[in-house]
Amino acid sequence: MKYIRDIGSYFLMLKKVFGGFTKGSVLRELIFKEIDDLVISSLGIVAFISFFVGGVITIQTALNLTNPLIPKSLIAFATRQSIILEFAPTFMSIIMAGKVGSFITSSIGSMRVTEQIDALEVMGINPLNYLVFPKIVAMMFYPLVIALAMFLGIVGGYVAGVYGGFTNSTDFGIGLRDTFEPFHLIYAFLKTFVFAFIIATVPSWQGYYMKGGALEVGKASTNSFVWTSVLIILANYIITQLLLS
Amino acid sequence: MIKVENVKKRFGQEEILKGITTTFERGKTNLIIGQSGSGKSVMLKCLLGLFQPEEGRIYYEEQAIQDMNDDQQRELRENIGMLFQGGALFDSMTIEENVMFPLRMFTKQSKEEMLTRVNDVLARVNLQNENKKYPAEISGGMQKRVSIARAIVNRPKFLFCDEPNSGLDPKTATVIDNLIQEITHEFNITTVVVTHDMNSVMEIGEQINFLKNGLLVWKGTNDEIFRTDNKDVTDFVYSSDLFKKIREVQLGI
Repeated sequence: MKYIRDIGSYFLMLKKVFGGFTKGSVLRELIFKEIDDLVISSLGIVAFISFFVGGVITIQTALNLTNPLIPKSLIAFATRQSIILEFAPTFMSIIMAGKVGSFITSSIGSMRVTEQIDALEVMGINPLNYLVFPKIVAMMFYPLVIALAMFLGIVGGYVAGVYGGFTNSTDFGIGLRDTFEPFHLIYAFLKTFVFAFIIATVPSWQGYYMKGGALEVGKASTNSFVWTSVLIILANYIITQLLLS
Repeated sequence: MIKVENVKKRFGQEEILKGITTTFERGKTNLIIGQSGSGKSVMLKCLLGLFQPEEGRIYYEEQAIQDMNDDQQRELRENIGMLFQGGALFDSMTIEENVMFPLRMFTKQSKEEMLTRVNDVLARVNLQNENKKYPAEISGGMQKRVSIARAIVNRPKFLFCDEPNSGLDPKTATVIDNLIQEITHEFNITTVVVTHDMNSVMEIGEQINFLKNGLLVWKGTNDEIFRTDNKDVTDFVYSSDLFKKIREVQLGI
């Protein structure tokens, strides 16, 4: 029963987010601030993880391809497919659910605890539009982060594969281009948009409707990560079933 | 002026407000006092429109809040200033940005005009040269003063204060009390203060509403509260040792 109530409350929140708009000039400023807080500030960690995970994928693939009849170009092919289809969009989104999601929940939750949301309400400002709408707009730039993750993942794979002695530049280039399906990129970016929406709204809901004090803000952040991850995994399954099967 | 008529508010089966009728006068500091759980905060939230009473009506300048459409309610809220218990300043903004916030949201003033007004109100609450600091960098008393500045920057007609002295030392508390009263007289606004602090009652209680168990049991001024025979009020007022001693002196015991 609680889950049904929560789902209802989430959709009611979404309805309120897209109504009672904040003054345009203020909203514009908030959107730029959120792009900085949620997207730009994530670039460093995304670049670091992507580069090294790309490298690890290449090494593990190479170590498992011991049959001399299998061409070395398959290493790059497997790296490309893993990174574009799953690692960059899904795995990276789960990491972002932890980084960005916790930040959203704790910042909105702290505002709830310290009556800042009440202050907005008393002033006649729609707090959900003021707080959540700019986050949703900012997260629509999230696919750029994933594009970076894809690029650096493949670069990491190339560096680990070629300089680690597992393959050579020519085979890696051949593998990267081998049976490339542009639709896979469309599929990856499409699901990234869905994940971005989940990352912006589920943690916001957790923070906005939390009750209690500092301890509850911590609990809400943990719940936020758990539920955002669960929804990303579920959405990933549904989108994959719909678009690729 | 705010007029409250037979306001009742329930949470589930529990009736928190059991039919409150009173008036909060313009140009005066109107206090709502009572013990914890008496319904003071619920009353304040009903006045602010954050809670909808099940019965009764609340009139702002002759118009019932229940009859207002969305635009009228928005316009009313622009005329409301609120001082929250913890200040409720926006952590991510500087003092200047906090105070400027209502102007940015509701007016079309230029940056220079807004800045002049912000500096005026900050000077009014004796906070010059702190503009660029963040709320975390100033003391609790200063935060309350910034919160007052933010509440009055848009020249509101109504000022609400929720426990303005909580967490403050007696000297700073008196400064905040006096500031609230001065602003009320200076701008001729309707001020409603929710408190259980007897010092505030003595300092600024021009109209006092005493609530007990969701009922208005006594109404009067800060002079009258020390002379009343109402047992509920005397139990509350003389619950501290300090006021017991004052009472003994008064009665010549």
